Amino acid sequence: MTSPARVVTGLVTAVLVAACAPPPQQQSRAAEGTAVTGEITVYAAASLQPTFTDLGERFERDHPGTTVTFNFAGSSSLVTQLTQGAPADVFASANAENMTKAVDSGVVSGAPADFAANTLTIVTAPGNPEGIQQFSDLADPDLQVVVCAPQVPCGAATETIERSAAVTLKPVSEESSVTDVLGKVVSGQADAGLVYVTDAADAGDEVTEVPFPQAAAAVNVYPIAVLRNATNPVVAQAFVDLVTGPQGREVLASAGFAAP
Amino acid sequence: MSRPRRRHRPVQVGLPRWVYVPATLGALFVIIPLLAILVSIDWPNFVPLITSESSLAALLLSIRTATASTVICIVLGVPMALAMSRGGFPGRPVLRALVLLPLVLPPVVGGIALLYTFGRQGLIGQYLEVLGLRIAFSTTAVIVAQAFVSLPFLVVSLEGALRSAGSGYEQVAATLGARPTTVLRTVTMPLVLPGLVSGAVLAFARSLGEFGATLTFAGSLQGVTRTLPLEIYLQRETDADAAVALSLLLIVVATAIVIATASRRLAGPL
Repeated sequence: MTSPARVVTGLVTAVLVAACAPPPQQQSRAAEGTAVTGEITVYAAASLQPTFTDLGERFERDHPGTTVTFNFAGSSSLVTQLTQGAPADVFASANAENMTKAVDSGVVSGAPADFAANTLTIVTAPGNPEGIQQFSDLADPDLQVVVCAPQVPCGAATETIERSAAVTLKPVSEESSVTDVLGKVVSGQADAGLVYVTDAADAGDEVTEVPFPQAAAAVNVYPIAVLRNATNPVVAQAFVDLVTGPQGREVLASAGFAAP
Repeated sequence: MSRPRRRHRPVQVGLPRWVYVPATLGALFVIIPLLAILVSIDWPNFVPLITSESSLAALLLSIRTATASTVICIVLGVPMALAMSRGGFPGRPVLRALVLLPLVLPPVVGGIALLYTFGRQGLIGQYLEVLGLRIAFSTTAVIVAQAFVSLPFLVVSLEGALRSAGSGYEQVAATLGARPTTVLRTVTMPLVLPGLVSGAVLAFARSLGEFGATLTFAGSLQGVTRTLPLEIYLQRETDADAAVALSLLLIVVATAIVIATASRRLAGPL
């Protein structure tokens, strides 16, 4: 599955690089002009898909003549693509670490701005049939608990919470993305899982959420930044302003994101 | 498929030269990405990377599960290929198309289908659950996923061999009074053994590389369900060097299988 997908991504990237590399005159015009028109590509963490899609539509409405294209994927995959030269204007990461990686590899222009925060929560089958009340209940060996692998941001947050709560989980699976954790709970394979508050909100009544106080030990902060190779830095900055501004705050808050 | 080449051909028909241009491009298209992996390997750390606890656990699990699923493919696939090529029952073309579907199905879709069959609330899984058998998140789930996607490879390969072998020798054996089981054992199977071997190798290789259905259906836990492709996918998140090193390991294992079967086929009777 991965290899053909990667080949296609590679080919598409190659075509995009060829197509998007602007002639020199055009670039200088973008830099001196103030009109917000043109096309931008936003690389955003998978957990931002619903909110950013909404914000992108608002942006296109508020600024006629602009087009916002998104690439939603795991933050670390996005950083890999960006450092390999993928053409993009804006990067929004689901944690500080991946933004730091992007900054260190020199693809970011200026300083990133934090725009949202997310915490973990317990999700169970609708109605919570196993009666899970608190975080330590998840250590019950009879429960099928699914979490993220420590290598991905939500798994790192899970480990932090385990340490601070002094509870050791025995998960039946460590998934490589938070959506896979949610999927295992929604499909009834797992009794409980640890996902972000926003994922639980997005799943609606397909799951029951059990909030727990120790979640505060691991807060993921989402930073956003304009990229150095942005083909359209003016529009890119305008989009970042929308996300970090009051309108962005409102949309993000309604999806369950906390203020950074 | 290989056919006996005993007759002498008086005229050698050469290929038009232009054929070699796209053929070379095609070969490069396959070879260059493999070379790219070799080039990007972090050689000084290669051995520590592939001998880490998680890497070894993934490799051993992959070999164990791929072997088990290949055995299942042989046990179920050989009779299937026989029935589809020689059997007389109505609706064979339809059944054939259905059985070969996993060949063209995206593995993720296969995983979802398995989930709704053998999952805890699945069509069959809910009854297994009552019996206390739980497939979800177990090594069994990995083997089931691999067998599901690999079975058509063995069936297609063996069915092709059965068709091209024809049934002349079997008819002779039958007229000499051999019973169907005897004909199958002493005539048919030895005749199509190379086809069976290459089918089994294809099934093993496909099982070894299985990713999508395993991820969707079995989950991912070191030593239990996290096979080599899943380990590579996970390592890529944090340690690109480890992912590349493991990729090479998988390429080496796959190459070893191809070479082993190629030499066996050359040494074989056909």
